[in-house]
Amino acid sequence: MTDTVSSKSEPAEVWITGIGLATSLGEGLEANWDALNQRRINVDEKAFAPYIVHPFAPVNLDTQIPKKGDQRQMEAWQRIGTYAAGLALDSAGVKGNKDILSRMDMVIAAGGGERDIAVDTGILSAVAKGNDAPGFLNERLMSDLRPTLFLAQLSNLLAGNIAIVHGVCGTSRTFMGEEVAGVDAARIALARIAAGESDIALIGGSHNGERKDLLVLYEFGDFNLKEKFAPVFERERHAGFALGSAGAFLVIESKAHATARGAKPFARLTSVVADLCQRKRAGDVTATLDRLWSKLGRIEGDGAIITGATGAEPVTSEERAFLQKHGDLAIRATGTRFGHTLETQFPLGLGLAALSISRHALFPPVDSSGVEIEMTKPPSQIVVVGAGHWRGEGMALVEAVE
Amino acid sequence: MATPRDKFGRPIVVVTGMGIVTSLGAGKTDNWAKLTAGESGIRTITRFPIDALKTTMAGTVDFVTVDPFTSTGLSERLAEMATEEALEQSGIGHKGDFPGPLFLAVAPVEVEWPQRMELGRVVGKPDVDYDDLLRISGGGKFAPYHNRFMFGSIAAHLAATLGTKGSPISLSTACASGATSIQLGVEAIRRGDTDAALCVATEGSVNPEGLVRFSLLSALSTHNEPPEAASRPFSKNRDGFVMAEGAGALVLESYEAAVARGATILGVVAGCGELTDSFHRTRSSPDGKPIIGCVLKTLADAGMTPEQIDHINAHGTATPENDKMEYLGISTVFGERAKQIPVSSNKSMVGHTISAAGAVEAIFSLLTLEHQRIPPTINYDIPDPAIPFDVVGNKARDARVTAVMSNSFGFGGQNASLILTREPA
Repeated sequence: MTDTVSSKSEPAEVWITGIGLATSLGEGLEANWDALNQRRINVDEKAFAPYIVHPFAPVNLDTQIPKKGDQRQMEAWQRIGTYAAGLALDSAGVKGNKDILSRMDMVIAAGGGERDIAVDTGILSAVAKGNDAPGFLNERLMSDLRPTLFLAQLSNLLAGNIAIVHGVCGTSRTFMGEEVAGVDAARIALARIAAGESDIALIGGSHNGERKDLLVLYEFGDFNLKEKFAPVFERERHAGFALGSAGAFLVIESKAHATARGAKPFARLTSVVADLCQRKRAGDVTATLDRLWSKLGRIEGDGAIITGATGAEPVTSEERAFLQKHGDLAIRATGTRFGHTLETQFPLGLGLAALSISRHALFPPVDSSGVEIEMTKPPSQIVVVGAGHWRGEGMALVEAVE
Repeated sequence: MATPRDKFGRPIVVVTGMGIVTSLGAGKTDNWAKLTAGESGIRTITRFPIDALKTTMAGTVDFVTVDPFTSTGLSERLAEMATEEALEQSGIGHKGDFPGPLFLAVAPVEVEWPQRMELGRVVGKPDVDYDDLLRISGGGKFAPYHNRFMFGSIAAHLAATLGTKGSPISLSTACASGATSIQLGVEAIRRGDTDAALCVATEGSVNPEGLVRFSLLSALSTHNEPPEAASRPFSKNRDGFVMAEGAGALVLESYEAAVARGATILGVVAGCGELTDSFHRTRSSPDGKPIIGCVLKTLADAGMTPEQIDHINAHGTATPENDKMEYLGISTVFGERAKQIPVSSNKSMVGHTISAAGAVEAIFSLLTLEHQRIPPTINYDIPDPAIPFDVVGNKARDARVTAVMSNSFGFGGQNASLILTREPA
């Protein structure tokens, strides 16, 4: 017979207790916070001209990845991510705590596939010169590919490296699928903790935007920003995104788990919602974002929005139509400040939302489009928005812990 | 009548539809017949030249073609085929309207060589660099490449055609991906987020670079002749795994919802477990603790003891390392019973379907429960004395099977196990 006793108790409250940021603006919370408040933007218009990128600010890798052997086993995106993950664990006060790390769950949003540019172009040039014997490609790949490159390309090896370097070894899941993978990583980790399936999790992602192979991929769809930098909401006639390099990680845990170990929250992660809009007709994305907003929970009081808007069209205009319905809220676009970091953009937004709430201030606007307005009051609620350049939409509500 | 909740008060998760494609064929009937007859799907590669390769065989799915060929396109087609079969059997929802989320295990996606070569041809000069490629990539003529080589493209396509709900999740936990997709579905149903979930795992990665990458890591068998004898799990002369393609799809439902709509119940996902190994990028911790912990977590999740498991569908890749470590892990947990429980590796016949393996093998485990017959481990001619499992060698074995443990272990320290049982009594 039907058992009437429900296994569902009240969902556990979930806190953000650690933030790790390593971006084009610097490493750590202070450097990023100061740069945001100084309205600093780090773009390189020359190295990949005519394409614009937000280059990674140099860090001393040894401080988070002590073994050179480990550093050598990774390509840039994995080093950035492993570094930022270490910062998040430090921030949460769990670095080196084997008892917690051995049962910490990990949900990572990752791309991968970092190419060896010299191998690719060497083969293409040889083929162009007439080397078209059957097996030529095999021969060159067998002799030219570094065996360890494959491990630096595998999406789940960011998580693998974090496990090896930092000892995060409860469970390990890697989500792929561009921007919305970052939303889903947060969504699933939150759902598991809220339902009591997990106590504490590391979530986040990392991205190396300084890659010509990635520029080629996005150039297929004419998504790259060229020639001249402009804030994301000032690109209607000059659409596109500037790739950015960043790692963004958060430690989230149940309130009970955090209080038991004396950890202080930056903020509460109240809800994360996501959807896949088919984007067949104009207005579809706007309607999806409206619907996601209605599922977040009560938005009242001193709120703000941090969006990962890309600057690519038509999605940025569609999102702007949604944002205009909330014109009373201060809006900040991470894409303007950090570039577009795909899977990492949403965790980056979550980190900045939690940081702003904990610092009782929102960082100042940097665009003249009218989308970003001043906010002088301390924000008590921040909605993080992510609409992918091609597919995937998501939102989260981050709130102050009273 | 059984209670719809398990002993921990969670909704019981059942399987109501299954679909499968492997190098043996399309569909459960064909696969099961060949699998239990001990047939191999491993053959010499004909899809591309094999000159200069150390490994020249694989479990390719040659009876499915996509044009233009891409591994991502083939993965998508195999996923579609497996899903169509699973939905047909389940009878859930309506065409284009599946009442739950999609969890898709899929290989990482990247631009592939035929497409990169095409860019090189368009550049049309003898020395090609990436700036040349960039110059000709825009303007819309290669727009389909963008869509094809997005990591989320297969999931987006499946979600659009199947009408799954919410944001579909594309995931990779390397060789454990298929098991992880099932685990995500089980968790969502147990949380009460949904009554149904579609868990799909697909792999179409037999292309030159894919093969060379594993070859350079010395992970692949080089026993090229005859190809059907290449995959030799638990044998003393095993020398690596055989890359293979395929897909598996499972419709998961809460027992309550399945019974309410009168669905035929094919089995129960009684437990899932996962534990990360932080020892090395490609090797297991020599003490076997992460595998042991994974198996123990899975038993605990199912609320079962080792005595209740009566068959192990092994990860059994046939690499020297994996099979040895799997024995260490299982024998530590199961003690003397490790030598008495029938163990078999489907990979001896279908090869290692990598991202799809966890789902493909979960389906074979459920078919084992249904038919009360354990598929063989073929090529088991020289047993490894260091692995004294009761391997179901070379011939299928009829047996009373009530609970199967299916293991998946992957690069990056990914360990996941499932326990599958028959319908609750």
